[in-house]
Amino acid sequence: MNSKIEKAATHINQNEGLIFEKSSPGKKAYKLPPLDVPEVNASALLGDTAREDLGHMPEVSEIEIIRHFTRLSTWNYAVDHGMYPLGSCTMKYNARVNELVARLGGLAEAHPYQPEKISQGALRIMKMLSEQLIEITGMDAITLQPAAGAHGEMTGILLVRAYLESQGNPRKKILVPDSAHGTNPATAAMCGYAVENLRSNSAGMVDIASLEAQVNEDVAALMLTNPNTLGVFEQEIHKIADVLHAKGALMYMDGANMNALVGKVRPGDFGADVMHLNLHKTFSTPHGGGGPGSGPVACKKILEPFLPTPVIFSKPDGTLGFDYDRPHSIGRVRMFYGNFGMFVRALAYIMANGPEGLRQTTEDAVLNANYIRKHLEGLYELPYKTPTMHEVVFSDKVQTKKGIRTGDIAKRLIDYGFHPYTVSFPLVVPGALMIEPTESESKEELDQFIDAMKNIADEAEKSPEVVTGAPYRTRLTRLDETAAARKPVLRWKPATRS
Amino acid sequence: MLKEIGVNAIGDFFAVIPAEYRLTGDLNIPRSYAESEIVEFFRDRAAENGQGYTSFLGGGAYSHYRPVVIDSLASRGEFFTAYTPYQPEISQGTLQAIFEFQTMICELTGMDVANASMYDGSTGAAEGLMMAVRVTGRHKSVIASTVHPEYREVIATYARHQGMPLTTAPYGKNGRVDLEALDRLIDNETAGVLIQSPNFFGVIEDIAAIADMVHKKGALLVVSIAEAISLGIVKPPAEADIVSMEAQSFGVPVGFGGPYCGVMATREKFIRQIPGRLAGETVDRHGKRGFVLTLSTREQHIRREKATSNICTNQALVALMCNIYMTIYGKQGLKELAQQNLAKAHYAAQQFKKSGARLLFEEAPFFNEFVIQTEVETKAINDRLLEQRIVGGLPLRKFYPEMGSASLWCCTETISRAVIDAVAVELEATTSKVEAAQEVAR
Repeated sequence: MNSKIEKAATHINQNEGLIFEKSSPGKKAYKLPPLDVPEVNASALLGDTAREDLGHMPEVSEIEIIRHFTRLSTWNYAVDHGMYPLGSCTMKYNARVNELVARLGGLAEAHPYQPEKISQGALRIMKMLSEQLIEITGMDAITLQPAAGAHGEMTGILLVRAYLESQGNPRKKILVPDSAHGTNPATAAMCGYAVENLRSNSAGMVDIASLEAQVNEDVAALMLTNPNTLGVFEQEIHKIADVLHAKGALMYMDGANMNALVGKVRPGDFGADVMHLNLHKTFSTPHGGGGPGSGPVACKKILEPFLPTPVIFSKPDGTLGFDYDRPHSIGRVRMFYGNFGMFVRALAYIMANGPEGLRQTTEDAVLNANYIRKHLEGLYELPYKTPTMHEVVFSDKVQTKKGIRTGDIAKRLIDYGFHPYTVSFPLVVPGALMIEPTESESKEELDQFIDAMKNIADEAEKSPEVVTGAPYRTRLTRLDETAAARKPVLRWKPATRS
Repeated sequence: MLKEIGVNAIGDFFAVIPAEYRLTGDLNIPRSYAESEIVEFFRDRAAENGQGYTSFLGGGAYSHYRPVVIDSLASRGEFFTAYTPYQPEISQGTLQAIFEFQTMICELTGMDVANASMYDGSTGAAEGLMMAVRVTGRHKSVIASTVHPEYREVIATYARHQGMPLTTAPYGKNGRVDLEALDRLIDNETAGVLIQSPNFFGVIEDIAAIADMVHKKGALLVVSIAEAISLGIVKPPAEADIVSMEAQSFGVPVGFGGPYCGVMATREKFIRQIPGRLAGETVDRHGKRGFVLTLSTREQHIRREKATSNICTNQALVALMCNIYMTIYGKQGLKELAQQNLAKAHYAAQQFKKSGARLLFEEAPFFNEFVIQTEVETKAINDRLLEQRIVGGLPLRKFYPEMGSASLWCCTETISRAVIDAVAVELEATTSKVEAAQEVAR
């Protein structure tokens, strides 16, 4: 059943227990220098707040630690292994030079409270990144403080709220299209707004007529992802902006899919009032197994007074500093200044690309998605025929007839040596397969992916049990997620002897 | 590829963008740089930052030694170029690491469950109070003024539009939250009480007494820990209901403020109200042990506006660094390390006192940070220290104007006795100068 798999082969990888299972008293992987000040008596100094014992913390040697985490790492699939077409996550190549510069001593060891006089390099990096992101988005102002995309959404909606409050009425509702990421409605709720769903039309876009019907003086903003989660550019984006603005509402743009736009069009030009960027998507900072991210929020002039404190400013003597005196600010959304290490990496990415490189990146990302669409259309149902930007969404409608769902196809794709696409999202497409190749993939890698998907479509038709039983070549077969949730075991405990 | 797709030019894909908005020229950003130029550019920026300074700054970001093993392992592409482990069969490395991280956080904090990470300590503290609101069905919260001022600012931003009124409990003469005042502020509408320990002044709070007080009124106690190394020698806040921790001290660079690693831990009974991702143990079809993300019905991608939080991306790679750090030091090392921090800070506090500085909050126990008050402005002292490549303590006037010329000093294991002595000499010099000036004035 694996004869057609060319990209991947099985190989030996090591078994490895939990670190606690390797621990034994007296093993150690650290050595402290001799104490050069007098010893102190902790229980005398701390009294009843002194701690005696650290429970079951591990005791292991350095080589055991190296092997432990190296073995664990070999159980992961990563961008470094191959195509990782997780739609909406923009899993592109993470350049190694970015890692190197982020770890330079003068940057990595800079304390956030050290005097501004000895922080000019860090401040300059933040200012340059800010200016370049403003240029890329076509906005007027920016904050780098939010720690991730969802955090940026919260910041952006708080800006909207503060602005509307300053106009006399914060309003009550946020409109969210049915194709939106779950973070959008969750964010609106955290900012004290009611969420109202907005249905998309048959082309997968915002329906102007229903938007007009829904926008009134209670609506604070529309949260719109553009291109949306179907990979479709909202062609009437300016009309959407006009409808909102005519009623005094603002347009929030979720920049999750900015990889389709950089260098080709700027949200600030087509009417977005405020948006967040995901530096870990569009600007190549690594995803790190789930984070860290960084979610700068760019906005138009009218929202600038409300940006979180502090903001960077140039002093009369030409040096840079932080301005904390911002009476209209929404306040802080995070301590210090945000995920600075990600700013360094994102700026390095922009520098490596330059204006032509950024445009080419966008073009290649869109080209790759369209190439996949062209070769898989027909084998997999394409629910929206609207032109595709950087990601393409199919459905499992054809395969469902044989009892095969998108999740099964995804698992079988693992056997072929690929990370699956995003499964069952967006919700507007039942059984969605959301594929985002990014610009990083070569034609060769794309062709192998396409072959894999074709083979799976064939298997689904002829021997569906092969697909539903997948994956076969992984360390573990499908895991029982229901059992995990029914009786949650969320930590290791020492075996109890009965 | 264009031909295969059936289009003439790459521009055709972008025809869907209304022509009037399409960019016709280049973005106004600098030209493309070669790798060597990028390295040089950032070396120059690093040089513009101070390098080779010894720093007494803490206040929520702590400079501890980072064993080299951390970056060797965290730099493996298998870890840092993967994403959220949504596909467990090919993400067991990340998932098992999270499971171990959760376990160690539980061991250290005395809680039953811990999540995979939050953005940082400040947003985590805000989420801790929001969780208390969900659990109790009440709305008000009380925050000790000894909680990091920037944490409090963040919480205020989060709370403002969620119908979460906040009040602040003052600190007493010993630098701990004033228990009588705190008691008066808690009422039967209070959902959560947030304290930090060691608090912003470095002082260890009386968690057990506060927990009693809070629980008597049916509220939850949220304890924030900003200096994670303290857990090596300070009793864990086991009486708390929710612990929100900033784990930066566990092997994460101070890095001008981020990325760091928040983490939330709680009691078993509140498990379904905790925000963020959780890794849980399960088995595969052959009964082999494995790990998956679990209880995701709490999360935004399932529950949307009814989710426990909007958090999605977290701090996974930073949590991995913390995990490796905790594994390296382990049961004995964390204790020895904390012991060294304790010794250095107490040595420094005594030396500074001997040099004429006033040591505040001496009556309460402290870990590796303490507050001194000086006759001259902190800035004047710090400017002179800076000339010796020493970054002095954090001036507190901005956050606590009533404290006058007070500063917060942190001594981790990286501070040598020689540098502490050098600061003491400087303090003595400024003190005697002030005394001389006062003499002349008389």
